Amino acid sequence: MEDIKLFDVAVIGAGPAGLTAALYAARAGLKPVVFERISPGGQLAQTEHVENYPGYNVNTSGFDLAMIMADQAFSFGAKLVSEEVASLEDMGNMKVVRTAFGTYWTKAVIVATGARPKKLGLPLEDELTGKGISYCATCDGNFFRGKDVVVIGGGDTAAADAIYLSRICNKVYLVHRRDKLRATPIYHDRLKEVPNLEFCWNSVATSLLEENGRLSGIQLADVKTKAQRQINASAVFIAVGMAPNSEAFSSVLPLSPEGYVLTEGTAKTPVPGIFAAGDVRTTPLRQVVTAVADGALAAQAAAEYLDELADIESE
Amino acid sequence: MSQIIAGDQFQEKVLNAKGKVLVDFFATWCGPCRMLAPVLDELATEKAIDASPEIAAHFNVTSVPTLILFKDGEAVKQTVGAQPKQNLLAFIA
Repeated sequence: MEDIKLFDVAVIGAGPAGLTAALYAARAGLKPVVFERISPGGQLAQTEHVENYPGYNVNTSGFDLAMIMADQAFSFGAKLVSEEVASLEDMGNMKVVRTAFGTYWTKAVIVATGARPKKLGLPLEDELTGKGISYCATCDGNFFRGKDVVVIGGGDTAAADAIYLSRICNKVYLVHRRDKLRATPIYHDRLKEVPNLEFCWNSVATSLLEENGRLSGIQLADVKTKAQRQINASAVFIAVGMAPNSEAFSSVLPLSPEGYVLTEGTAKTPVPGIFAAGDVRTTPLRQVVTAVADGALAAQAAAEYLDELADIESE
Repeated sequence: MSQIIAGDQFQEKVLNAKGKVLVDFFATWCGPCRMLAPVLDELATEKAIDASPEIAAHFNVTSVPTLILFKDGEAVKQTVGAQPKQNLLAFIA
């Protein structure tokens, strides 16, 4: 028979939200466990530089900041379980967390699984990932030194990717479906200064072009005129927004049409004892600073819930 | 045990090796690579890690991390991106 493990609080996901929830829960004396599918850090660990997390200067890498957060949470006694959560069940006063390696019982759960880059949804996208299609400019940009590359998207990630790539690539095309970027205004000015950048406004990618098993270019269509244009490029960096990592919770938690975990006020989901923090929940802003605030609020809400549960059980 | 191997050891440690060798093409600047490293250490299988650009180019690696599984010196499987332990166990099985 497999070991049954019992916890007070299980935090699912070890990005900034989950690590902060674990830090606050540990300091509240709750002995939290943190489930993480790969290793701690989340999207923060994949960010080149963080310029808008107060207290850290522009030279702080996202990875280093994430590791400091992880060390801090674990130094206060939070325990890491390096397993991917496959499902969550609500059994009233107990919740069941299942992974490929075990079954865990917990009184409270904080869902902090974050989000991942969205795909374009075009044919060949999966086949060409790692062969010219990338979702991480800072990881893979160097393979395309001196080449022509395309960035698709109009948000902060797309803008930062285009600036980063412009320094190492020959030419960068920035493809956006509207006539104006969504990115924070500070990026608009910086992009104007980039000499080897060409904007492709009102354009959507209609197909990915392949040659000898590698990406060779992209076909664009103008959303207004329907005019087609082909761009020859060695790489396409996709930054068209994020999708929440909420699939494992869809049977127990109500989700928004986009898949985000519905929350009331700050951290509470409609299911008592299950809380949500960070990018995975419905929230107007998804930043490191909002994720860590969410984590603290979720830990606080979980602690209050456990107090109430203890009161009921002792009556 | 994982080990860092230099370009000139690739022939001996990977291509001439009998059985399976998992090679992680990584870069120190790459967040997902650094996240994957402890997972690979946990697997504790024989694997070699290499950062030589000419070898990466030879195997058409343009994303990091890329994992290539070699069997008796021949590349048999390839996967891109940081991923959970159970996926890697299935990959090397």
